[in-house]
Amino acid sequence: MKLIKTLSATAMLVATGGLAIADHHMTSDMTLVSWGGAYQASQVAAYAEPYKLMNEGVTITWDESSNEAVAKLRAMNEAGNVTWDVVDVVAADALRLCDEGLALEIDPDEDLAAAPDGTSAEEDFGDLLVGDCFIPQIVYSTTFGYRTDMVPEGVEPPNDICDVFDLEKYPGMRALEKRPINNVEWALLCDGVAKEDVYDVLGTEEGQEQALAKLDTIRDSVIWWSAGADTPQLLADGEVFMGSTYNGRLFSAIVEQKQPIGMMWDAQVFDLDGWIIPAGLSEERLARAKDFILYATDTQRLADQAKYISYGPARASSAPLVSTHAELGIEMAPHMPTDPENSKNTFLYNYEFWADYRDDIDAKFQAWLAQ
Amino acid sequence: MTDTAQEPMLAADGRPLKQSLARALRRQKTRALLMIAPLLLFVMLTFVIPILSMLMRSVENAIVPDTLPGTVAALSAWDASSGRAPDEVVYRHLFIDLFKAAEAKEHTKLGTRLNYEQTGQSSLFRTSGRKLDDLAEPYQDAIEDISPDFKEAAFWYELMSGEDGSALLAQRRDLWNALVGEELSGEAGFMPSAQIAQLLPWTARAYTDFALWSALVKNDTVAEERPWEAVYAALAMDLEDPAKRQAIADYDGAGAAQLQALAAAQSDLPAVRLREGFIELNRSWGEPRIWTTIKLYSPRYTPGYFLNAVDMQLSPDGAEAKPENQQIYTQLFKRTLIMALIITGSCILLGYPVAWILANLPARTANVLMILVLLPFWTSLLVRTSAWKVLLQQQGVINEILVWLGFVDDANRLVLMNNATGTVIAMTHILLPFMILPLYSVMKTIPPSYLRAAKSLGATNWTAFRRVYFPQSVPGIGAGSILVFILAIGYYITPEIVGGTSGVFISNRIAYHISSSLNWGLAAALGTILLVVVLALYWLYDRIVGIDNVKLGG
Repeated sequence: MKLIKTLSATAMLVATGGLAIADHHMTSDMTLVSWGGAYQASQVAAYAEPYKLMNEGVTITWDESSNEAVAKLRAMNEAGNVTWDVVDVVAADALRLCDEGLALEIDPDEDLAAAPDGTSAEEDFGDLLVGDCFIPQIVYSTTFGYRTDMVPEGVEPPNDICDVFDLEKYPGMRALEKRPINNVEWALLCDGVAKEDVYDVLGTEEGQEQALAKLDTIRDSVIWWSAGADTPQLLADGEVFMGSTYNGRLFSAIVEQKQPIGMMWDAQVFDLDGWIIPAGLSEERLARAKDFILYATDTQRLADQAKYISYGPARASSAPLVSTHAELGIEMAPHMPTDPENSKNTFLYNYEFWADYRDDIDAKFQAWLAQ
Repeated sequence: MTDTAQEPMLAADGRPLKQSLARALRRQKTRALLMIAPLLLFVMLTFVIPILSMLMRSVENAIVPDTLPGTVAALSAWDASSGRAPDEVVYRHLFIDLFKAAEAKEHTKLGTRLNYEQTGQSSLFRTSGRKLDDLAEPYQDAIEDISPDFKEAAFWYELMSGEDGSALLAQRRDLWNALVGEELSGEAGFMPSAQIAQLLPWTARAYTDFALWSALVKNDTVAEERPWEAVYAALAMDLEDPAKRQAIADYDGAGAAQLQALAAAQSDLPAVRLREGFIELNRSWGEPRIWTTIKLYSPRYTPGYFLNAVDMQLSPDGAEAKPENQQIYTQLFKRTLIMALIITGSCILLGYPVAWILANLPARTANVLMILVLLPFWTSLLVRTSAWKVLLQQQGVINEILVWLGFVDDANRLVLMNNATGTVIAMTHILLPFMILPLYSVMKTIPPSYLRAAKSLGATNWTAFRRVYFPQSVPGIGAGSILVFILAIGYYITPEIVGGTSGVFISNRIAYHISSSLNWGLAAALGTILLVVVLALYWLYDRIVGIDNVKLGG
């Protein structure tokens, strides 16, 4: 009896203590949406766990729906019941959510923490603040990996984007994403279009045809992927010789799973991933979401995430703090897409262009694929 | 006898039997209805209504007239075949509509919507929405220079307030409701003056819009808020009209002195040239193309999505085929139908002998084998499909065995997946139980004595099967085929994983438009067409085979 009394008294104490700490103006549970897999794991380790330690009584639920976040948020909004508090999306989706009025506009200097040296958040994130709603988190890139054991004898490993289109020198299958974005840019680059003219050319009918004609030259040797995990799997199985995917996926195939895969960083396409706060949250939930965002995007937190996955932090002030892999102990900097050695020739995803041309070029691309 | 014919027959409780029977029947019906009521309600709420609302999206187009009400009305006078962009007045309406929409952040939605029809609208609306203030600023500066009172929120409020403006207020309120898609509640705290509305129509409309937005959405007091820049531009539009300037001279209401000063100095105001202003913001506004698109999509309901779904498009001369390099959907529909038929056919070929063996084995053995048929049912669809990936790929199990046996050269391994072959193989396997089960339950009911009788009458095995057994099993084939075909035609996951480019179905495009391109209207149109095709095939089946001939058992 006494034991039970003591136990329940302790429970009460813990409960009231928790209440005393939890801010009454914020909800104590929140739902975060991310991509699952290694990436979400890095967010749990770098952001969510430390945040829970700091804020006793807060529970965080994860939903692995980032892939269809835009469609789901739109449906939730129409139903008038938004159940997500903070959502991880790529910048292009954030832009669309902002356009559709589904994401909250943010004020970088008010909603985000300044750098430790006092640099304002707006300056620290710089150009990466795409649109009015997007809170950048990482820079990732879409780039190529190749099977080191399948490089023909006497030929040096591929190191130029145009090697993808060179079936004579590098025979074998390629894995490319089943959408025009990135593929048409690479095709034009290798068809003699200067890097700065790529989007001007792509904006014309002839340019789009030119890109598809270039892709036509390797079409029979391409397996088209639609999930980021496909390419590492295809490479590991020896189904393809080279393939494009997100650099973090290749990093874990090479470093963590010890697959015979090499990186080809030439003409890698930088893209951004980050948070948005859905529009239409109640005041208490919004306060919690903003509190989390303020914490999870500060300089140290962004640098911490890079311990678990090879994506570059979006803040300039976080870069010097990037250290070694949390488990393997290797230096992370050389595996970052932003490393000077890797980023000699890069592209930045052109958000404005693709917001306009996505539907049009995708229709032509799909018609071309179906031929 | 005659007595009974005249006297109605009575039931035990003394009522006429007919009445009593009818009552019992009614009660029975009510009870039956009540018993299915929960299910009916469930199906209505979770199935019928969502499907109907989704189908509505395939023709719904209210966003254009709701976002640009004035522009759409003004545009009706414009001749699309004239080859030149519309006149200044359309641009003035566009400015007022777009300014409102930008305040409510609705203009980008319209941009996204129109971008499905014409590339470039998305950024056109986004960037133009940002810079509308710049268009209005010269007028605001000039007006405030002439009469500084126009800087004051309270002065504006007094000038615009008055009596009998409830019609205008209600009209503008309805437009706001349509724009934001909900009923705005609350009191405006502002009553437009009917006199001013007649004197300065543009200004009165713009100010009323501003007042409603401030009061109902921002929860501000109208009298304390400075009006939008658009209101100043609207005032400049009104002042350009000499007749109105004349009328202002006779006006004696609130703010008359300032208005008259403004009217007198009208020549100092910059001329309202919004057409040039918009073209300066973005050259596209000067092209007739964009106006053609807006005009074509200005009705509340549009056949546009359905036309897109069959590779056509709206044009000023009616529907026309899309350029060849953008045609994809008719091809996908055809492919989906053909492949669903192939899959159904191979399910019949593979399932029939299995069902026959199951039906003719002793019950004990049959039950064990039945588990093997059902086993795939208990495995996740995704797992089964992924397992096929492992088997079918070029370095996969099947190819390895063939190479090892020497049937296939190592350099020329078979391409069994990422094409139509992969889809057919994997889907045949996945849908096979849906063929075997109805076949089995029908075959179970065919007495073996019929076959024996046929044979004892001199029929060969083949004839006995062909003339006696097979006709009796046809209802099972019918049921299995309908099940497999209808399931196959809407399949999505398996083609996505093993179909590559030549083995994907129309449902993969529907999924793309639902979750990636967000073109829900087009997805709804494609879905509707798919539904109609299935219903038409079902009807055809009924006409040819007869739906009474379908048996799922017994």
